[in-house]
Amino acid sequence: MASIIELNDIRKVYGGVIVGVDHVSMSVEDGEFVTLLGPSGCGKSTLLRMIGGFEQPTAGQIVLAGRDVTYEPPHKRDVNMVFQDYALFPHMTVGENISYGLRMMGLPRSETRSKAVEALDLVGLPEKIDQKPHELSGGQRQRIALARAIVRNPKVLLLDEPLSALDANLREQMQVELKHMHEKVGITFIMVTHDQTEALVMSDRVIVMEKGRVAQDGTPAELYDHPETPYVANFIGTTNFLPARVLSRDGGSVVVEAGGTRIIAEVGGALPEGEHIRIGIRPEKLHFAESGASGPGNTLEGRIEEQIYYGLGMRTVVRLAEGSTVLVDGLLPEAVARTTLPEIGSNVRLSIAPHNVRVFAAEN
Amino acid sequence: MAAFSTRRLSSYMVLGIPIAWIIIFMLVPYGVLLTYSFWVKKYPLFVPAFQFGNYITVFTDPQYLRVLLRTLKISALVSLASLLLAYPFAYFLVFRLKNQSLRVWLYMAVIAPLWVSYLLRAYTWKSILGTQGVLNSFLMSTGITTEPSTIFLYNQSAMVVTLTYIFIPFMVMPIYAALEKIPNNLSEASADLGMGPIRTFLRITLPLSLPGIVAGFTLTFCLSFGDFIAPFLVGGPDGLLVANVIVSQFGAALNWPLGSALSVVMLFIVLAIITASDRLERFGQQGH
Ligand SMILES: Nc1ncnc2c1ncn2[C@@H]1O[C@H](COP(=O)(O)OP(=O)(O)OP(=O)(O)O)[C@@H](O)[C@H]1O
Ligand SMILES: [Mg+2]
Repeated sequence: MASIIELNDIRKVYGGVIVGVDHVSMSVEDGEFVTLLGPSGCGKSTLLRMIGGFEQPTAGQIVLAGRDVTYEPPHKRDVNMVFQDYALFPHMTVGENISYGLRMMGLPRSETRSKAVEALDLVGLPEKIDQKPHELSGGQRQRIALARAIVRNPKVLLLDEPLSALDANLREQMQVELKHMHEKVGITFIMVTHDQTEALVMSDRVIVMEKGRVAQDGTPAELYDHPETPYVANFIGTTNFLPARVLSRDGGSVVVEAGGTRIIAEVGGALPEGEHIRIGIRPEKLHFAESGASGPGNTLEGRIEEQIYYGLGMRTVVRLAEGSTVLVDGLLPEAVARTTLPEIGSNVRLSIAPHNVRVFAAEN
Repeated sequence: MAAFSTRRLSSYMVLGIPIAWIIIFMLVPYGVLLTYSFWVKKYPLFVPAFQFGNYITVFTDPQYLRVLLRTLKISALVSLASLLLAYPFAYFLVFRLKNQSLRVWLYMAVIAPLWVSYLLRAYTWKSILGTQGVLNSFLMSTGITTEPSTIFLYNQSAMVVTLTYIFIPFMVMPIYAALEKIPNNLSEASADLGMGPIRTFLRITLPLSLPGIVAGFTLTFCLSFGDFIAPFLVGGPDGLLVANVIVSQFGAALNWPLGSALSVVMLFIVLAIITASDRLERFGQQGH
């Protein structure tokens, strides 16, 4: 598939000093659902707004469907945006809001109307056509904003934190709905969010941003299972970090000393012996090992310090022998009564498979 | 129960003072005015009566009708001129000016004259437009004219200029407030949906600022409508407004009944305008 939009080395500096976006390059394929993910202030909105034309890059180039649109004003770009607080026109009805964007497309009146109705059907609110935005609920406004943008059938649909104004339940429902919508209309979606779950659930590809730069770009599974930096490992899901030192290396794996014991990790790339590094372990990849038994994997020993029940499972805080703590997440199978779990204060052994140990550079 | 009635009592007192104020200083004078408007003038006094002669005079005597129409015209021109000046200014402040503190300064610069005596501000224009005025000196020093011209002062345009200057803050304030309330992303959304800047202004910004325009128009119109100082200072012989005529009826002409009838007519015109603008504003606000 061809790329529908390409950003080449985009930079945005505000007032000569504040760097909003820094040397970002990316390419989005036609029909893809890409999410820009990052904490507040990392430049996600700035990047999206440059694609929409509301902001002009200080340097770099934006190519939309083979055409350079870097300095094109918003009304001349074939992209549409769903604004964070929807930006519905308060003095117009829902129907007028949706047909607003069709006026300049040179369609006959009747077709404008039927397209608006079609778009309303698509978002499941056909009966709201003559109401004003202030008569709608948050979720309904969200859908109208979506319909208003989609009705123009843009090459790319931009969504700036589209679900952030909704409550948790509605948000989950809308995540699925948006994803289905994307599949149905076949338009390229670029979404911005700071909610990692939202990004993982909805997107084909996630671009994690850090301080105006791209930290990592990959599918949700790639990002979760193979984070390239501690930043990504921590931003997406939770990671236990342990300081470590390389003892020896052997083909595809490396032996390090961490948590008071020897840990084997499967890694590619060069790691000189004696190097100080960090290892990262996902809490749900750690398991309580049968006491006494020593399996093929790595084992860590420690004492249970705290247990946090969260319905679906249990998070256990284990203090390792050498002093640092790790989190262990485990689902609670039906059969397991909570009493059979190790109790607070008891000594436990944790096992972790070598391919689940990530290796990162040491903290500086 | 006791607590309840104490509370009732205190709430009566809280409401009582303003209500008494309104009755004594507004309703009673209006009542007196209305009563007088039906009386007849019998030199050198006025005799109680109930007849519409004074009103008939107001609406049939071309002298009064002309003044009434002139006042309406001048007020409309002042409102229009204020609107044409204030809107672009407020628009510039709200949407174009990025510098926050400069915006506040410019806004204050327009509002600040309200703290200066009205008379002083009216006089300013007298000294600008007069034969010895700034305008004439400028024109002469640049050689455009050779001698001081009298065409600037003592006519209706001088009045419109002066009143516009005096009342324009009342146009700037509501428009500024209305424009400031419009979320920035609405015009962005409009651009996003394919509308250029002019269409965006006509379809989004202008309709959403309509309540401010209506409020400003009402204020400037009503204030000019009741003005009697500017005509006096810069208006000249054909520049009398209704308020001036009323003043003279209560003064030199010594015809209180006719003056009262004129006042009542004026009051109703202003009330009608305020009611209409209130309707309009509410209509415009339905979307919010
Ligand atoms: N108009 C502006 N003027 C100056 N600095 C700006 C402007 N807009 C954004 N910035 C700065 O650029 C950086 C990135 O901002 P941006 O709005 O893109 O962040 P974001 O990732 O969308 O954050 P959030 O999740 O809070 O919306 C921030 O440091 C911000 O302060
Ligand atoms: Mg943002």
